[in-house]
Amino acid sequence: MAAKPRSASKAPAAKTSIEPAPSSLLYTGTDWDFEKLGRIFDAVREIGEGEMGLDTYRTQIEVITSEQMLDAYSSVGMPLFYKHWSFGKDFARNQMLYQKGWQGLAYEIVINSDPCVCYIMEENSATMQAIVLSHAAMGHNHFFKNNYVFKQWTDASGITDYLSFAKTYIAKCEERYGIEAVERIVDAAHALQSHGIHRYPGKRSMDLRSEERREQERRAHGEALFNDLWRTVPAGKGKKSSKKTEVDRRRQLLGLPEENILYFLEKTAPRLAGWQREILRIVRLIAQYFYPQRQTKMMNEGCACFVHHRTMTRLHEKGQIGDGAFLEFLHSHTSVVMQPDFDDRRYSGINPYALGFGMMQDIERIALQPTDEDRLWFPDMAGNGDAYGTLRDIWANYRDESCISQFLSPNLIRKMGLFQLVDDHEDDEMEVAAIHDERGYREVRRALARQYDMGRRDPDIQIIDVDLVGDRRLELRHHVLDGVTLEEKDADRVLQHLADLWGYQVRMIESDEETVYGEHKAEPMKAFV
Amino acid sequence: MHIIDRRRDSGGKSLANRQRFIRRARALVRRAVREASAKRSIKDIDKGGDVTVPGEGVHEPVLRRGAQGGKREYVLPGNKKYSGGDRIARPDATHGGGGPSADGEGEDEFRFALSQDEFLDLFLEDLELPDLAKRQVMGVEETQPVRAGYKSSGPPAALSVARTMRNSLSRRIALGRPKPEEFAQAEAAIAAAEAAGDDALLAAARAVLDKLNRKMRLVPYIDPLDVRYRRFEQVPRPVARAVMFCLMDVSGSMDEHMKDLAKRFYSLLYLFLRRRYKRVDVVFIRHTHEAREVDEDTFFNSRESGGTVVSTALEEMARIVQDRYPANQWNIYAAQSSDGDNLPMDNANTVALLRQVILPMCQYYAYLEVGHGSDEPGGGGGDATSLWRAYKLVVGEDIPMVMRKVSHRRDIYPVFRELFEKRSGALAEAD
Repeated sequence: MAAKPRSASKAPAAKTSIEPAPSSLLYTGTDWDFEKLGRIFDAVREIGEGEMGLDTYRTQIEVITSEQMLDAYSSVGMPLFYKHWSFGKDFARNQMLYQKGWQGLAYEIVINSDPCVCYIMEENSATMQAIVLSHAAMGHNHFFKNNYVFKQWTDASGITDYLSFAKTYIAKCEERYGIEAVERIVDAAHALQSHGIHRYPGKRSMDLRSEERREQERRAHGEALFNDLWRTVPAGKGKKSSKKTEVDRRRQLLGLPEENILYFLEKTAPRLAGWQREILRIVRLIAQYFYPQRQTKMMNEGCACFVHHRTMTRLHEKGQIGDGAFLEFLHSHTSVVMQPDFDDRRYSGINPYALGFGMMQDIERIALQPTDEDRLWFPDMAGNGDAYGTLRDIWANYRDESCISQFLSPNLIRKMGLFQLVDDHEDDEMEVAAIHDERGYREVRRALARQYDMGRRDPDIQIIDVDLVGDRRLELRHHVLDGVTLEEKDADRVLQHLADLWGYQVRMIESDEETVYGEHKAEPMKAFV
Repeated sequence: MHIIDRRRDSGGKSLANRQRFIRRARALVRRAVREASAKRSIKDIDKGGDVTVPGEGVHEPVLRRGAQGGKREYVLPGNKKYSGGDRIARPDATHGGGGPSADGEGEDEFRFALSQDEFLDLFLEDLELPDLAKRQVMGVEETQPVRAGYKSSGPPAALSVARTMRNSLSRRIALGRPKPEEFAQAEAAIAAAEAAGDDALLAAARAVLDKLNRKMRLVPYIDPLDVRYRRFEQVPRPVARAVMFCLMDVSGSMDEHMKDLAKRFYSLLYLFLRRRYKRVDVVFIRHTHEAREVDEDTFFNSRESGGTVVSTALEEMARIVQDRYPANQWNIYAAQSSDGDNLPMDNANTVALLRQVILPMCQYYAYLEVGHGSDEPGGGGGDATSLWRAYKLVVGEDIPMVMRKVSHRRDIYPVFRELFEKRSGALAEAD
């Protein structure tokens, strides 16, 4: 709601400033063709790159029909994907929702690849295409290319090749081993894909050359520090205490504890065939590819919304789009960044578009027209005069959680009326822990940041032990946070998949430091062989 | 920047996945279809539609945190009246408005639309007529020549004289082949010139004749260009064709309710045959003490009085088969419905006819005994009627005949299913 009056107030200001010459309009009416599309893109890029300093991958725009959009929906938006019934399930649902008119389609889909592929729908009006191009081809594209999580985890230039490899590989497996067999392993892998992610870059195992180099460095260091006196220092009890138990050695050998379950299975499961390991790997790598998007959903959308809002406003100011087109833009923009209140029937969580756009606008305001409060809260950013530079820096170096905990301002908290609610199961009532007031700002901000923390959202489950020479039982532990245990039915089913993959018994204990909440066990019913 | 127009690319990328999904959830979807079809009228049975399957069956489990218990905190937008430290009653689960749900997980049922074909396929999937393969397997798609225009080469036997002559005529007119009258004229002119002895005139007249002769040679009466042959295409002949005989007793003892039951049974049978065969003929035979072939409307709607002699209907059917539906070219199905009355002395005759004539040529013979709505469903109790007792003697293993009693609309479908359940399944149950 907040964005609406702001945007509207901008419109008349722009109108009075320049009287657009009709010839400078990029298009009139709602129809578009490829030439207009090209002109629009050039104008959008001029503003994005020229004025805002965005840095993007090359763009590839693909025009598709609504049917193709439906298709794209059901394969997680990717242009090619292996076949699996679960995508068919999504497709069936979306198709019905769409055909009954209960759900519209997205105007675009953008893929984190190099070149950056933007799918745009043919039904969009010319204004819509302008919004879509600035939103996806500039906003998302810039974010994909520059944000550190994406840089760290995804290889934009390789993803389409990898997907195509995955598709053919799985199709070949189906030919060879039967659809059923492949489907079973993909099912199992999908069940575990939320726990098939490396959250930290981790240690690369060293190749021979670097190991040799390290050895040389060590020796050189030892020689440099050599002092014969050290020999005379008595060797103490230290050695004894550092002696590892059998269990510790075993764990270290297997790299335990390990939270990437799919990775562990791929490398260690005793009974899987080579192709099955490869399929686990495919599912795991694709999940990993999507992990940055989950971590940065709010920022990514915020960045894109900010860019399209600014671009469209500037296009209007420069007289490149008409008043009608600008109003059409405002209409669709405000409905995208609308945040229903918590007691509204339409409320379904915090709208990432609304929060993201609100934050980006707020950051711009702090950089350009700070209040005293802002100077107090953001001393190094307030009034620095370089809004775009500040934003670019934030887009590059933060993810949702850190961005909120750093840059959510009291101003925005007040504007959105954010408050924190604590629901302790042991109480019979919920408590309003903090609201948008002087005492509450920090707490609300911290709590909201926690909501976006992937480490807290996904249950923390680790493989802690397995006795490969004994009964081979796989031991897992769910580190329970705030007493919230796993959804039981689902957990049992996933564990069943896990047991089938592992081939032996599997046990998971749910506990925190003090309490053990429960235990799940599964025996392989139909182990993979 | 590139702009690529993908609109022409073939769509339907998700079709394979959708089919996989339906195959995966086959048992569930089939049950859903069965339930949906129970609510529909028979006429609408072959329309597509929404089905709902329990979400449980197509659920994809993931490790996620439960929705109950523990200590949770939420940050919500749009505070209007709360201040720090306020205590709010927990919203009840049914309301759910204030309490944020965990990402809207927890789908209880999964709803989607089936196309007409998918719906019917599932509807009929596990119904398979026994011995269906018999003649179908043998009949490797026969083809049959069908006239399909003309071609310019072919065997002399296929020469199309009419078309050839038409082409020839138009060519002759177009190129101006001289007519016999023109020759006559020219020769008359020569004769006249000779008579007159005018040399110049004679030369001119001769020149005209030469020209005509030359033209005659150049423009033949029939040119190879004109010749046309009849063209034939080999069109696969639907060997898979079936005829369905509906036999019904329409004597006074059959009331409207019974006829309605019978009609439903026939419609379902027809629907089923339509799916299996490219062409299905339906023959309606009604009988009292004599049998007659009638059209559908008369069959169901007009009433006659008289006694009941079943064998007449069988005789009529045998006659029609002999006349129009040779058993080696048609799959013959018969469904008889009756309230079970028959002239007692006709029973022997009926059974004999059935055994020796009708059953050997039928793929399947179904006898449906309809009862009053007030009867026990399924009609297990009650006295066996005379026809039932007589038919009981015929039924046996390897005999393509099934008999059932039906007394309520809702019994039709289960009976139908039983009748046409896959043979293999039936045998397995019998063992």
